[in-house]
Amino acid sequence: MQSEVMFAGFGGQGILLSAKILAYTAMEAGYEVVWIPSYGPEMRGGTAYCMVIMSDRPIGSPIVKNPMHLVAMNRPSLEKFAPVVKPGGVVLINSSLIPVRSQRDDVDELAIPVNDMAIEAGSVRSANIVALSAFVARSGVLSIDDLRESVKKEFARKAKLIPLNMEAMDRGIEAAQNA
Amino acid sequence: MGKVLMKGNEAIGEAAIRAGCLNYFAYPITPQSEVAEYLSRRMDEVGGVFLQGESEVAVGYMIFGAAGCGARVFTTSSSPGISLMSEALSYITCAQCPAVFVNIMRGGPGLGGILPSQGDYFQATKGGGHGDYRLFVMAPASVQEAVQMVMEAFPIAEKYRNPVMILGDGLIGQMMEPVEFPEDLVVKPTNKDEWATNGIGNRSDDSPNLVKSLFLDPVQLNSHNLMLKAKYDRMRREDVRYEAYNTDGDYRALIVSYGTMSRVCRTAIDFLKEEGLEVAMIRPQTLFPFPEEAVRDAAGKAGCQVAVSIEMSMGQMVEDVERSIQGRCPVEWYGKCGGEVPTPEEIMDVVRGMLKG
Repeated sequence: MQSEVMFAGFGGQGILLSAKILAYTAMEAGYEVVWIPSYGPEMRGGTAYCMVIMSDRPIGSPIVKNPMHLVAMNRPSLEKFAPVVKPGGVVLINSSLIPVRSQRDDVDELAIPVNDMAIEAGSVRSANIVALSAFVARSGVLSIDDLRESVKKEFARKAKLIPLNMEAMDRGIEAAQNA
Repeated sequence: MGKVLMKGNEAIGEAAIRAGCLNYFAYPITPQSEVAEYLSRRMDEVGGVFLQGESEVAVGYMIFGAAGCGARVFTTSSSPGISLMSEALSYITCAQCPAVFVNIMRGGPGLGGILPSQGDYFQATKGGGHGDYRLFVMAPASVQEAVQMVMEAFPIAEKYRNPVMILGDGLIGQMMEPVEFPEDLVVKPTNKDEWATNGIGNRSDDSPNLVKSLFLDPVQLNSHNLMLKAKYDRMRREDVRYEAYNTDGDYRALIVSYGTMSRVCRTAIDFLKEEGLEVAMIRPQTLFPFPEEAVRDAAGKAGCQVAVSIEMSMGQMVEDVERSIQGRCPVEWYGKCGGEVPTPEEIMDVVRGMLKG
């Protein structure tokens, strides 16, 4: 079984990092995994996207036309990728910045105000962790406890940020479960 | 040591250190600058040398100098940078110095773009620099394979006293995958006293060694070329590598593809199998020496109607595929370049289309 998650947003929203934390969690859980960044000529403020593929078998193509899931942090990302998500996938929409919806009735759409939740948790910079946690809780692709360990490990060298990110995780998980 | 999640470029840098290479000269260029970024820190930690040259031309000759002294040395670059090193590659090969060059290819020609490509196949396998020389060329299809090939490249370079090129593409450099660094590939230093200009001090023989590429006497130059040719023939006999995929049963088409492109093809083959269409693949792991026999045999199997070379270039490897198959079945080409990587669905359409009429 293979699943692909597309993370997309503005440069600076922590897209590559949240994708990396997901990839690391999947690797630790015993999955094969590939993390593929977009590395085109985009600059800060431009679009950034990153695909994580996880599978219980060796992964073939790192190029995937139709990802299983989408985490869209800004409007251009939603408009670009929502139409290609596989039926049944999770489409997470950052409603703080995106006033529209996916226009799909065959996906599990989760619209939550990721930026506002991050600000409530203590800093807008934790928006990527809010979104990542909400996505994992909603999709069930990996265990939340494993994800929590990975986030702690990622911030081990900046330990003062761990409480903020744990708070961000709690808010993301709660929103995913109640939405 | 367990698996670690690493970017291809960083893993390539670490692999060289694990293989016992403590000399790295380079000049930054996208999409492989992370190798230099990583090694600028790591080489210092392990007591090695990282020196950024003033240009790729300079780097090429730094490699020549270090290799001529018997040091284990490598560099990394991307397409335009490799063009600038090509003169030095010709000299190094003529002077028979072992060294490892990594090319993380980007779209060309000219400055081109920074996205993945396989447009340097000819440059790597047929020359680039002048004269009758060959590089030993290896093509990884994953970050793990890039690690293994970098570690294996040093003993191969020393076995043949010839540069080895690792030909990857931008995706191999930029992707992260779990990797392990195999302990059994750690390379011990080899004795180079017979030829290297490593100082006469510790040698029993007190005649000086000379590393050179100038042979003005035509008879001498011809015999030097014959000796080089004998090495390339030996590579063809002893070190051809490839992976065969889905070749056991019957199949209607054969794909020949390498690197990132071959992974897309592998997925296309899996999808086509679900539809009941059997397609096989030969994935060259060495581009020179090319797996001629394997391609010829696979294409000659009864029921195989077409062989197609699928590359992120405008029809380069297809010439080696045609040469290998020698008319046993029709040979086609499909490719894209400039940074667009075909999807599995596109490859499926291509193969189905070729099998129609």
